Amino acid sequence: MMRSIKQQPFRAAVLVLVWGWLLFLVLAPNMLVVGASVMTRNPSTFISLPLNLEAYRQLFNPLYLDVFLHSLYMAALTTLICLLIGYPFAWALSRVEKNRQMLLIFLLIVPFWTNSLVRTYALKLILATNGLLNSALMSLGVIDEPAQLLYTEGAVIVGLVYLLLPFMILPLYSVFEDLRQDVLLASHDLGAGRLATFKNVVVPLTLPGVLAGVMLVLLPAMGLFFVPDILGGSRNLLVGNVIKNQFLDARNWPFGAAASIVLTLTMALLMFAHRLSKRRLGEEGA
Amino acid sequence: MRWLSRSYLALVYLLLYVPIVVLVVFSFNDSRTGYSWGGLSLRWYESLFNNHAMVQAMWNSLWLALTAATVSTVIGALTALALHRYRFRGKRVLNGMLFVVMMSPEIVLAISLLGLFLLLGLKLGYVSLLLAHVTFCLPFVVITVMARLSGFDERLPEAARDLGASDFTMTRTVLIPVIMPALMAGWLLGFTLSMDDVVVSTFVSGPSYEILPLRIYSMVRVGLKPEVNALGTLLLVFSLVMLMLSQWILSRSKQ
Amino acid sequence: MTKTLLSLSGISKQFDGKTVLDELSLTIDDGEFITLLGPSGCGKTTLLRMMAGFEHPDEGTVTLSGVDITQTPPEHRPLNTVFQNYALFPHMSVFDNVAYGLKMEKRPKAEIAERVEEALAMVQLEDFARRKPHQLSGGQQQRVAIARAVVKRPKMLLLDEPLSALDYKLRRTMQVELKRLQRELGITFVFVTHDQEEALSMSDRIVVLKDGYIQQLGTPREVYERPANVFTARFVGQTNFFPGRVTKIEGERISVDVFGLNRELSKPSFRVAVNQSLHVLLRPEDIRVLAPDDIEGVAGKIVERNYKGSTLDSVIELEDGSHVMASEFFDEDDPTFDYSIGERVRVSWVDGWEWLLAEEGDEPLTDEEELAADDAEH
Repeated sequence: MMRSIKQQPFRAAVLVLVWGWLLFLVLAPNMLVVGASVMTRNPSTFISLPLNLEAYRQLFNPLYLDVFLHSLYMAALTTLICLLIGYPFAWALSRVEKNRQMLLIFLLIVPFWTNSLVRTYALKLILATNGLLNSALMSLGVIDEPAQLLYTEGAVIVGLVYLLLPFMILPLYSVFEDLRQDVLLASHDLGAGRLATFKNVVVPLTLPGVLAGVMLVLLPAMGLFFVPDILGGSRNLLVGNVIKNQFLDARNWPFGAAASIVLTLTMALLMFAHRLSKRRLGEEGA
Repeated sequence: MRWLSRSYLALVYLLLYVPIVVLVVFSFNDSRTGYSWGGLSLRWYESLFNNHAMVQAMWNSLWLALTAATVSTVIGALTALALHRYRFRGKRVLNGMLFVVMMSPEIVLAISLLGLFLLLGLKLGYVSLLLAHVTFCLPFVVITVMARLSGFDERLPEAARDLGASDFTMTRTVLIPVIMPALMAGWLLGFTLSMDDVVVSTFVSGPSYEILPLRIYSMVRVGLKPEVNALGTLLLVFSLVMLMLSQWILSRSKQ
Repeated sequence: MTKTLLSLSGISKQFDGKTVLDELSLTIDDGEFITLLGPSGCGKTTLLRMMAGFEHPDEGTVTLSGVDITQTPPEHRPLNTVFQNYALFPHMSVFDNVAYGLKMEKRPKAEIAERVEEALAMVQLEDFARRKPHQLSGGQQQRVAIARAVVKRPKMLLLDEPLSALDYKLRRTMQVELKRLQRELGITFVFVTHDQEEALSMSDRIVVLKDGYIQQLGTPREVYERPANVFTARFVGQTNFFPGRVTKIEGERISVDVFGLNRELSKPSFRVAVNQSLHVLLRPEDIRVLAPDDIEGVAGKIVERNYKGSTLDSVIELEDGSHVMASEFFDEDDPTFDYSIGERVRVSWVDGWEWLLAEEGDEPLTDEEELAADDAEH
């Protein structure tokens, strides 16, 4: 701890800079969104008085409610699939020898560093009517006619899973890394079978990782509007598409803002659950 | 059991890589339709580089990523140092805010910034993009540098002072070299995040400054464009180089 | 005549309103090996950091060779520190670590190379100059830290628990090595430790600290054999506290009743009166364990025995319930020398080896001190 008088100006400058940045570019804009959500739509100035909760009421309009629920369903399904693939994957990965593990992790984050639009587009090459998957299935004689794969709900979910899987695996991997082998041995030693050990030891200890993964997947899965744009056609929209349309095309800012607040609240809820689970394990919440 | 888990790992990796391999292979495909193989060719690379708007967007993106990564590294490193070294009021709030920025859906950040820029009358273009990109890169840099600092021995600066170094010399000869790998890793992460971003950029960019992800976006929305395969392959090679660079830096620093 | 090198006078320091040092004064002589000993939180490290310049006192002055350096920053003080976990610069080679201080003095390259080599030779590391710190063992890192600090030829070397990270054997070796270095260099060493054994074996003088006060200042012998108060007696080594009562005072001699035995002792330095209770202190090694039919001593029975290799340590419960620790050397002539638990014995000690202390207001040790004292023993 070095706190001599000479360093005070430096300290003050740094604090002003970072606080200024965060207040101006994070807090203020978010307040703006909250404000916009309770104002009235105005075609020329985007928003105007009077204040009302019209936008929130509109969220319950059956038309939008349908889109929301469908989006939530797709995001939840994406998350579930990521979890089902990612959980055993992370476990298996953490059991590989250390020197190979580094390479495997590297291979896992290569896609993450690769442009996500380009990767979504690559899926299009595979899923298109006369694309690779259909050709392969037909030449194998599994199907006679090309199946409609692109522009379906399934395509959107495949796209989301493909983009978001690493975000599920990485936090899971880190909790499995921390899961010490002797804890499992201790459980067996005390008479627990494989299943009982899994339920009573492995699951509780990896729960923070599961929740972190869910958080990292579920939220983007509701917001990545370009995935349905490229793979899903007009019927499989995400909340992200709705927000984007409301802001950029329909110019209905209050409604877009209200939708994004719902998204933020979902995030807050997940973060709270994550903290709670970590606390239960006696760790300091992140 | 072991055999099963190995095959499972292999299968998932296969699925992760098939699209990427397909993309690379098809970038050398001579066929115009894009689905069938028509022989080896570099024609899509050629047409890519002849597309003036595309090349311009590429330069714009590179410049944006370069500046955004640099600015966010400077501010992020200073923030991390402040969080690490100083005790001040609202430290937890600051920490929490950074965490919220990192976790919050990109689209929420995007619309909030759009609202701010329009309210201020800021013309959408390079400046608005830079401010937005720095904002979403910042928490990642802070976290990377903080992680390095948390393993940093508090006595090192004192040892330097004890041996006759002034505060400035200490910072130059000890503090910066020690956190250098984290600065570089944070910079590379920021660079990649900026190069890859579609969601935020869609909202805060204007016609005056077209960037690559948005250009690709407009291309792939409608049908198939074989140039995208070529472009994707180039971006892949570029990211691979960057990634290997960062891994190399990290592994060297661990020694 | 010894010359005063550093003197601290009236030093007070508070952290967050908690007093760490309270009007402490101390002078350190040129060329001595002085140890600051105390449990954690006693203020010893703060005191050392004040000498180094990392902390500044709220009140009081620090003078070095007669010059006031109270507010002088660390980089301008002609003294150097060996840090607890060495604080070697991880990105520099051993050579560059040791050369760092000389580079700060802007010495010519040739001189730096020569002096670094000399310093590394002194700690037997001349072949390791090109290694990075992480390629060295703990003991080697320790030597680099010492070389880095002494290469600047400081007037005084400050060592902050430098051996605490080493294992027992290496620690012993380094203790001897540090003593050798100090003799060769002839500079003052200020050594901070919570290990009383280390303090006793290395120091010319020991400063026993607790709660920011100096409890005792003296040679290892004085501190061990003539502790100034209950804390020092308990913290430095193990001690039996027997309840005594003054029965008679005659000139410079007094009689004290201990467990019903009457002992004639010389009058202590504190005031005594007839019928006053006081502590009679006896180290475990002063205790003699006798056969139950012996006529001397007090009756009791063995409740604990620990074989320690060269000694046999036992705990004897006396009839009034109090416990006595005894530590006896093996008698080579008596192969059957051993006890079994429950065995009846008698306890005695050599007349005249008792040390008397007055009873203090705040007698019983708090748990924390007990723990710290335990720490220091192991």
